Amino acid sequence: MSILSTSAPRLSGIGLDLWWIPRAAVLGLLAFVIFGPLANLALWAVAERWYFPHALPLDYGFSYWARVFSPRGNAMESLANSVFVAMLTVIVATALAIPAGYALARLKLPFRAVILLAFLIPQAFPNLPVYVNVARLFYQIGLNGTIAGVVLVHVTHGLVYAVWITTAAFAAVDEELEQAARSVGASALRAFRDVTLPLAAPGLLASAIFVFLESLDEFTGSYFVGAPDVNLLPLLLYTSSAGGNYQVASITALLLLIPSIAFMLVVERFLKSDVLSKVGH
Amino acid sequence: MREDDFLSITDLSAGYGATRVFDALNLGIGRGEFVALLGSSGCGKTTLLRSIAGFVQPSAGRITVAGRDVTALPPDRRGMALVFQSYALWPHMTVAQNIGYGLKLKGLPRAEIARRVGELEDLLGLAGLGQRKPLALSGGQRQRVALGRALAIDPQILLLDEPLSNLDARIRLKVRHDITALQKRLGITAVHVTHDREEAMVMADRIVIMNAGRIAQQGTPQEVYNRPASPFVAAFMGAENMLELSGSVGAGQVMIDAGPDNCRAVLSLDGRTLTNGAFEVRFRAEAAELLDDGPRGETLTDALELAGHVEAASYPGGAWRHSVRVGQSELLVDAPRPFERGAAVRVRIPAEKLFLFNADVASRPQTNSLHVGHKAHVLEASET
Repeated sequence: MSILSTSAPRLSGIGLDLWWIPRAAVLGLLAFVIFGPLANLALWAVAERWYFPHALPLDYGFSYWARVFSPRGNAMESLANSVFVAMLTVIVATALAIPAGYALARLKLPFRAVILLAFLIPQAFPNLPVYVNVARLFYQIGLNGTIAGVVLVHVTHGLVYAVWITTAAFAAVDEELEQAARSVGASALRAFRDVTLPLAAPGLLASAIFVFLESLDEFTGSYFVGAPDVNLLPLLLYTSSAGGNYQVASITALLLLIPSIAFMLVVERFLKSDVLSKVGH
Repeated sequence: MREDDFLSITDLSAGYGATRVFDALNLGIGRGEFVALLGSSGCGKTTLLRSIAGFVQPSAGRITVAGRDVTALPPDRRGMALVFQSYALWPHMTVAQNIGYGLKLKGLPRAEIARRVGELEDLLGLAGLGQRKPLALSGGQRQRVALGRALAIDPQILLLDEPLSNLDARIRLKVRHDITALQKRLGITAVHVTHDREEAMVMADRIVIMNAGRIAQQGTPQEVYNRPASPFVAAFMGAENMLELSGSVGAGQVMIDAGPDNCRAVLSLDGRTLTNGAFEVRFRAEAAELLDDGPRGETLTDALELAGHVEAASYPGGAWRHSVRVGQSELLVDAPRPFERGAAVRVRIPAEKLFLFNADVASRPQTNSLHVGHKAHVLEASET
């Protein structure tokens, strides 16, 4: 009996091992699909000379980094512009999303689902015709080519994330926690400040980072409304890769990648499932 | 309604949307009194408590505290504190911060807050836990933090929304006494919502039994237990055995007519309001006595006897509980010794433990047209 019972798991162990071959193949393929382009990007960022038919760069070095980060290069200016625009976008979007999200989470509004969907409209239509028209309009009122104009475009774009995530974050805070504060003497505003806001903070932070990244990445609106007066990182990426300068394009792309990875870590750390489950509800 | 009521509720109506939870409700509560609002779920007791607290805006009526109209005041300006069923402790604050929050709002100096919080922690057996977060506490400890947070602001009125229902049975018994002892010591007026009959009996000075948005009866625990005013209250207070018999009233006495399973019984009226006709007879399992079948007399005084046979027996502890079939009804009767299944028995109920009501629905004072018949009453009561 004991021999039988010990040999049985060993057999199934072998079976499992055999199963790993197709699994490993699939996983390897998946890893290649995901990380292949990234590896290419990383290689281009440190390549000095690389041309066909060579599989790998001929010379490695950081001279393009020096060029990108040199005081005369416009990468630093673009980076500063991008971060500035993104921060303004976060401030405006959050200022709008906090009251909107709170109302949508707490009040029994009619057509609540419709209101939530309405924020999706800027995403629902093709970007190109929308931004061409926005640019025309902004040109007439003098907003074209200004930071304010770009921020406005990015806010409408990012508001859907901001409002949806903020609504979910507030909905995840039990209303009784707020009522408990009211009951021991806190005004509505004080209860919001002392109880609701701190408890919703991780969700609000996630929403802010999401909006920040959306703004950093946004191309179409920045191109039509901002260029050539407001230079942003995605525009630099576009002009350098269009001009065949893959090194500068790759370095810019890597710069854009850093905040995204940081965001993933933050979301993983702070955004709890009770908030995530309420997004869009 | 008394003149010296501290908290008085006048013609209060409230509801959610189109549904009325209660209508034109009146209730007065004296200073320092512990009142339990008792009822099954959906009877309106929680909505009433939340209206008093200010979280439900009544559609009509007035709530006054010591003569001051608070009906339109927000919850934070009513001088009341509510202890939630879920405790609603703030997870981002420590125990000390939770308890001290109300004092911080009052603008007390930090040293004073620390002193008061320390006192309350000692009082509630939370000493040494001040720096913990609520999530690191047991259910009983959380409950006491919630109580401490409410007591810290020295409320005129303490409102308790089923604060014990999330506790283990054993802790619950202790906390019941802790809360009443504390309430008496501090002299606070308290309104306690519960669906637990025993909890209300043990804790309250006065029990207000609610049914379908109305006050079915109010009085001391002894009154509502021994003198239920309606079949609903009787059933809710545990008198679930029910029979329909007929009889007549006269000269301070009730005559119950002989029936297929009972002989004639003459009982003293003893303040019951009854008229001739069909009676609804109710009694508790432990109020009755189970006897071997014997010769049936002509007339019995000050007790009712029913003939039946045992269908089943079980031992829930203390006494044997028998299911006895009498005619069409099935009755639960306790006895100190087990009777055999199928044995013919007599169920004897002494007059003072027999609750009699006129079975005629129209003459029932507490019946309201919105509500369903008595079958549903029994079901509701048996849920608790």
